[in-house]
Amino acid sequence: MEFTVRACSGHGRVGSLRLASGLEFETPSLLMITRRGLPVVIPPEMLMDLHPDSRACQFTPMHFLEDPLAAVVAKAGGVHKLASLTGFAMVAVARDSLGNEIAGEEASNLGASFETSSGRRIVGLEKYMEVVNACKPDLWVSLPDEVPHWVPEKRNRESVDHTSQWLDHCLSLQHAEHGNRCLGVVVGAGSLEERARSAEQAATRNVAGFSLAGFGLGEDVAQRGFHLEVAIAKLPNDKLRHVCGLGSPEEVLQAVGAGIDLLDSTYPYMLTKECLAMTFPLKMEVPLRNADRDMQPTPDHGVASGFSLAKVNLRSATYGIDETPLVTGCKCYTCKRHTKVYINQLLNSNETLAQTLLEIHNTYHYLEFFKAIRESIKADKFHEFRTWFTSQRVFGMTYDVSESFVA
Amino acid sequence: MLGISPSMALRFEVLARHNRARASRLTLPHYEALTPLFMPVGTQGTIKGLTNDQLEDLDCQIILGNTYHLALRPGADLLDTIGGLHKFMNWPRALLTDSGGFQMVSLLHLADITEEGVTFQSPVDGKPMLLTPEDSIQIQNKIGADIIMALDDVVKTTTTGPRVEEAMYRTLRWIDRCIAAHSRPHEQNLFGIVQGGLDPQLRDICLEGLVARNLPGYAIGGLAGGEGKDAFWRVVAQCTAGLPEDKPRYVMGIGFPLDIVVCTALGADMYDCVYPTRTARFGSALVSEGVLRLTHAAMATDYRPLDSSCTCMVCKRYTRAYLHTLVTKEAMGSQLVSYHNISHMMQLSRNLHSSILEGRFPE
Repeated sequence: MEFTVRACSGHGRVGSLRLASGLEFETPSLLMITRRGLPVVIPPEMLMDLHPDSRACQFTPMHFLEDPLAAVVAKAGGVHKLASLTGFAMVAVARDSLGNEIAGEEASNLGASFETSSGRRIVGLEKYMEVVNACKPDLWVSLPDEVPHWVPEKRNRESVDHTSQWLDHCLSLQHAEHGNRCLGVVVGAGSLEERARSAEQAATRNVAGFSLAGFGLGEDVAQRGFHLEVAIAKLPNDKLRHVCGLGSPEEVLQAVGAGIDLLDSTYPYMLTKECLAMTFPLKMEVPLRNADRDMQPTPDHGVASGFSLAKVNLRSATYGIDETPLVTGCKCYTCKRHTKVYINQLLNSNETLAQTLLEIHNTYHYLEFFKAIRESIKADKFHEFRTWFTSQRVFGMTYDVSESFVA
Repeated sequence: MLGISPSMALRFEVLARHNRARASRLTLPHYEALTPLFMPVGTQGTIKGLTNDQLEDLDCQIILGNTYHLALRPGADLLDTIGGLHKFMNWPRALLTDSGGFQMVSLLHLADITEEGVTFQSPVDGKPMLLTPEDSIQIQNKIGADIIMALDDVVKTTTTGPRVEEAMYRTLRWIDRCIAAHSRPHEQNLFGIVQGGLDPQLRDICLEGLVARNLPGYAIGGLAGGEGKDAFWRVVAQCTAGLPEDKPRYVMGIGFPLDIVVCTALGADMYDCVYPTRTARFGSALVSEGVLRLTHAAMATDYRPLDSSCTCMVCKRYTRAYLHTLVTKEAMGSQLVSYHNISHMMQLSRNLHSSILEGRFPE
């Protein structure tokens, strides 16, 4: 596996990541969500051609802990073969993207509490690595003791210690022939010192990269910025950085701005579930609103539900029957073939095809967003891009396909 | 070979026969289909989560849309404004719509049949409403499918007594009203539906009456409702014998592979049923040996594909064991099984056509 930084803009960077399998792609990159190895609603055979960059997925080892799926994935020879996604990057992330929040429960030396396919339970090191090794991911996150920012100091310190010990333990249990694929976890949620300590410890380990944890748990946005900065300052420049729990456009921009290379995000799917189509513009045609807007990111109202505040009601009673695609000019499968009125009627009739078509578009649009981010970094205009994007978000960036459009 | 007559919008050419079975080419306004064929049922015009590309990959030639559901949502007038269901869905191949009558009678509260039409309670506001033969045809004209079905008076095969006769004669009276109301005979083919229950004499009368109207095609209705297999096949045999050789014959509501094979042997060409997609939702896959229940515990360690003779995307990529872990837990599970089940039915259609064509149908 090789990771090379190609361009920088502030702390943001574009890199090229070449996996042991030969697959190569540019970062910052979006990892698409899977469940039990497959996309949630997108037909698997459509995934390859969905978008030029639709090659990288996340999956949760916690779903593969028990039989029969544990035996099935081992017998298949890994998650790529199981799900017939050879040619894709499959990244194992311990945290369940669609699952419940992390509560910071007590953890022992041997394992922590996770949401698995059979409910919440303690997952231990041996079991975790057994599953990781059976799945044969391209990259995998070490077992984290992830806690939210509001836990007591003592618990936070303990989480840093556990995470570091478990990183070493995971490394000792990884299969040698898979080479270096571990993303060492960095925690420390409540305290910048602990965050730095966790990062320092992880930085000395022989890992492929790092996974920053403890975010997307209701923390203050400015605090998050400091934590990202403090952690990344301790990490070597030439290794990959992943963050889990951050997925909305503003979160992505904040993370990329701090130096993150990989994010798994449920943002497209969250929109799809709410019958929203992603429509935000991707090109800086609109001039900057406040040229001297400060470096702080705009407050994000409710990190977890930022998207729902940006709804634009294009109620077509005014416009008649709308036979335009979700986004005019969008080259995704859905927009090339179907109209707003059709998808609207599918939704109103509870047809699952609506979810499929929306998810294809939303995923495509988000991959285009990541591409725009990379282009802005290459042009050394990331700061401008981020400022432009966050300023025009105020005017609403999604289209509600469930609202009826016929007068 | 029959040329296109003024009241038809199709061409039907029998390419080969084996006894009573035929392999034919059915040329419709939107598509040139090969029969025998199975038509998946798409309620609103979509088949349970499958995209148009997937349906084309699966070789679906004609898809069935339910007039009742389409009239409710998105509504006939909207479809008319847009230019028809083909355009609305962006489906480049053929479509068939039913009359709406059967769905109303089975789905709606207090649906009743009178000489005027089907009376029912509006599902929107409970007001009494009426669907006449004229209404059904007008709605279907707006939807724009290649084949439209006459509104018939359909009774369950388990019904006995004078109601069966009444329904049969009414069906004949209604076909004339349907023909009169049909405003697009050059673009849409109106099929008549043979009724008469299990009574051979009633069936004969209906056959004669419909054949005399010189319609582009005919359906055999009122079956697949609880009658015994012998009775079912006897009625199909009688009807195919009484229908013209040079027009397509459609047995409605048939989806079990065995039934399709037998009806084909008896001279039928077209079939439709919700069975393949409905059974997929319960985790059942259609395979050459019969029906595979994926929820069964034994599937957890079965590493074979669903059907070793199937070449569909699902059988090429996934094992029974993996699908077993998906079916009750992820929406993707039943989507994949639906995909395979439709593939199975399309493969069956292709096999029937080519085996008759190549003279090896009995196998």
